[in-house]
Amino acid sequence: MPRSLLSAPKSSILAPRIGTIETSMMRRVYLDNNATTPVLPEVLEAMRPYFGEHFGNASSIHHHGQETRAAVERARESVAALLGCRASEVVFTSGGTEADNLAIFGLTRSGDHVITSTIEHHAVLNACKHLAAKGCEVTYIPVDGRGLVDPADVKHAVRPNTKLITIMFANNETGVVQPVAEIGEIAAEADIYFHTDAVQAAGKIAIDVNKIGCDLLTISSHKFHGPQGVGALYVRKGTQLEPMLYGGSHERSRRAGTENVPGIVGLGKAAELAVAGFERGDDLKMAVARDHLERELLSIEATGLNGEGAPRVPNTTNIYFDSIAGEALVIALDLKGLAVSTGAACSSGAIEPSHVLLAMGLGPDRAKASIRFSLGKQNMAEDVDFALALIPETVSRLRDLSPVYRSVFSK
Amino acid sequence: MFDSPAIAVAMSGGVDSSAVAAMLRAEGRNVIGLTMQLWNQRRLAGHEGMPETVQGRCCSIDDVYDARRVADTLGIPYYVVNHEERFERDVVRPFVEEYLAGRTPIPCSLCNNHLKFDQLLIVARQVGADRIATGHYAQVVFDEPLNRWLLKRPADKSKDQTYFLFGLTQEQLSRTLFPLGGMTKPEVRELARKHNLVIAEKPDSQEICFVPGGDYKRFLEAYLAEQGDERAETEIAGEMVTTDGKVIGEHAGVHNFTVGQRKGLGVATGSPLYVIQIKNDTRQVVVGKDEELYSRTLRARRVNLISTAELREPMRVAVKIRHKHQPAPAIIQSAGPDEVIVTFDEPQRAITPGQAAVFYDGDIVVGGGWIENSTQ
Repeated sequence: MPRSLLSAPKSSILAPRIGTIETSMMRRVYLDNNATTPVLPEVLEAMRPYFGEHFGNASSIHHHGQETRAAVERARESVAALLGCRASEVVFTSGGTEADNLAIFGLTRSGDHVITSTIEHHAVLNACKHLAAKGCEVTYIPVDGRGLVDPADVKHAVRPNTKLITIMFANNETGVVQPVAEIGEIAAEADIYFHTDAVQAAGKIAIDVNKIGCDLLTISSHKFHGPQGVGALYVRKGTQLEPMLYGGSHERSRRAGTENVPGIVGLGKAAELAVAGFERGDDLKMAVARDHLERELLSIEATGLNGEGAPRVPNTTNIYFDSIAGEALVIALDLKGLAVSTGAACSSGAIEPSHVLLAMGLGPDRAKASIRFSLGKQNMAEDVDFALALIPETVSRLRDLSPVYRSVFSK
Repeated sequence: MFDSPAIAVAMSGGVDSSAVAAMLRAEGRNVIGLTMQLWNQRRLAGHEGMPETVQGRCCSIDDVYDARRVADTLGIPYYVVNHEERFERDVVRPFVEEYLAGRTPIPCSLCNNHLKFDQLLIVARQVGADRIATGHYAQVVFDEPLNRWLLKRPADKSKDQTYFLFGLTQEQLSRTLFPLGGMTKPEVRELARKHNLVIAEKPDSQEICFVPGGDYKRFLEAYLAEQGDERAETEIAGEMVTTDGKVIGEHAGVHNFTVGQRKGLGVATGSPLYVIQIKNDTRQVVVGKDEELYSRTLRARRVNLISTAELREPMRVAVKIRHKHQPAPAIIQSAGPDEVIVTFDEPQRAITPGQAAVFYDGDIVVGGGWIENSTQ
């Protein structure tokens, strides 16, 4: 009987079929859950009727439309329960990137000033870069060696024309949780909109938009066991948001386009499961498993933790293995059945040193020697054991074949 | 079944390397596909004189997609590894510096020596492969009596790529497979078709992979501009002189010339003129008559020997001084560490510093080096 990381009885029975793909050839273990997560069986079951049986357009007057409209609104309530907001404040989008873009472009006009950080996801960073073309100025707040933004820096960056502060909740590469509540206070005092990209926080740690004091907050379904291609933006009541897409009056005219009903239903179910998970203390169990993995990996020589000393989400650990190419380690481990990542996934497969780790003061070599391990609810305790059985010998082989390591570490 | 050591195939997305992957897979070998990302084709796009959009033959996103689709068709694991930094340091910068020094470089050989059979081989071994296979037309065999790995010309002499591989060490050769060495190009295409590879009809690449459109002068200028290096405009202009020392004009930079060049000299005289020599120290481009292009000896530096550990005494070989050159009979003799003097039976036309001199004994590559200079 596999030992589950979590107590969720359903997941522990069903999860091995989705997360741990057993083939006659090779066992595969997936520890890259910050990239994406498998859809939980309950989520898939919730979505299934909306592909065929309940196919209506949620805007239609008739029975079919009413059925799907009700499903969309139930999902909206589930998401609102996850975020501690009202259902009417939830706007469904195609995912995290669209929600981030909607928040940033929907609020800013030419002449506005925006404050962000150097460690944002590209969905925010590149949107902010594009703001320059719109006639906006952007201040990029640096982070310290732990990967933390100092709220005092945010306060000092505020100008009379500052319209928006957009600083992430949890970092995708290190899992470091930013002092969003302090930043929220600063924003409220200065009467500035505050948006936070909570894509990597949702489902991992409790979120309450009122405690954070944010006006906008982004989540993405597939980062917490919902389907890909759907996300949501929390928009505080009364926030004047210019839409990016023009069309029908869907989503209270904030996001035109026929609703992705199966996706939205899946997101709603994933949000429900996340809330139930917090009630069971899944996050604490996740942290125990992560800490075990982390401790064992750090016992390998010439390694270190990125984000040490900062609060982190419970599923992520980012570790550097000096004198190896992280890229080669990821490939070597994948060929042995373990999926991990060097940082942000890139569509072309080419790898640049992580802007997050560079911003934390790591040199390019150490940044490229860093690996992200991120757990998901489907992972079993055996998955961590599998990783720990594999990594030390693989790191050792890479180092034996690395000219740099041999010259530095051999006596 | 997959316990045999893996072979990493260096996949470019082209026909040759794809066929290699298909062949090895069909033999039941444990194959891993690797593509090196070496140069960002968009990097200099839009710089003065460079095309706005690029359709590079190597390292373009399209080629990575092609390689990935081939790997998917064959059912082999496939990865892209980034070596842009090393490529710039060991191939692109030397390429630029060589041109600025009045020489005519061969980036493909540098890439083979420093990237493909060095960095990529390291990655291949790190991820669990013990050998690397490429789509080069060449053969590698172990010679028991000599106790050495030999590099030999391929069955299809028209596709011979050994000229670009003279720098391979014994260690590198011992870990290299050239599965196309016994095949002709039409056979390789047929094999790709048989395996339903999407790239079966893809045209061959000819140009330097990081110079889109093949205009190296524009590339050089765009690269120097990007680097904030003003040498292209200031330091490299000079005089054009005849072989008897008469100044007949000026030129805008030695990188615009190569030995043997006739067109684009910017001077008009009665008889056709050719670039005879480019003087690095004075930045003079020396021009003269066709017959003045011929030299009997050359000095090669940074020599790598393959079929023999050392040159104890002069050796009779055939020497190739550029890719499309018919190997010419010559005698090679050692002139110090890593240096060889080549004396041809007959004077050779346009021996060009920066190109390679590769020594052949029949089909066997004895070794080769980089041409430093030539004398009549």
